[in-house]
Amino acid sequence: MRHLNSGKKLSRTSAHRASLYRNLVRELLARDRIRTTDAKAKEVRRFADRMVTLGKQGTLAARRRAIAFLRDPKVVRRLFDDVAPRFAERPGGYTRVIKLGTRVGDAARLSMIELTGTSESVESEKKRKRRRTKKTSTEAEAAK
Amino acid sequence: MAVPKRRTSVTKKNKRRAHDALTSPALIRCPQCGEPRLRHRACPSCGVYRGRKVTEARGE
Repeated sequence: MRHLNSGKKLSRTSAHRASLYRNLVRELLARDRIRTTDAKAKEVRRFADRMVTLGKQGTLAARRRAIAFLRDPKVVRRLFDDVAPRFAERPGGYTRVIKLGTRVGDAARLSMIELTGTSESVESEKKRKRRRTKKTSTEAEAAK
Repeated sequence: MAVPKRRTSVTKKNKRRAHDALTSPALIRCPQCGEPRLRHRACPSCGVYRGRKVTEARGE
């Protein structure tokens, strides 16, 4: 019977698993969208949704609980100020997992997890690189 | 050591394997680019899922 069993162990010790979730949720909240294995993406949903709920509460106590989990005040600030307001009208379901196929090296099933409402399409790697170089060149000019 | 007394007849072998057939994956045509793709997956050739680009296409 699977009574009282929830979540996946992902072949990790509890401490390893906890920091894995921490890292994945932090990156998700910082970037709106991350790519990982399907199993990890599905697990991350639980914690990501929990963080968004804390963000919507917006109280100091909620902020401290978010920092306790994420351990990154910068990401928590983004969560409370930028991410949570986007979900003000949404009663749960803050994340979306889309299956992408399998990884070449180990045939692991990959997924993309994103915060719902992050609607623009994924830029191609080239475009992103181009933008980055453009930005750095203008910054260089500004430095002059 | 336990060992088979009789060799397995062709009939017996074939009967055993009667339920071993593989099923082919349920492929559909991608509505975006027409290439075959799996259901509930982003299209590997154009990277689109439900009318939205969600990943890089092959060779992009």
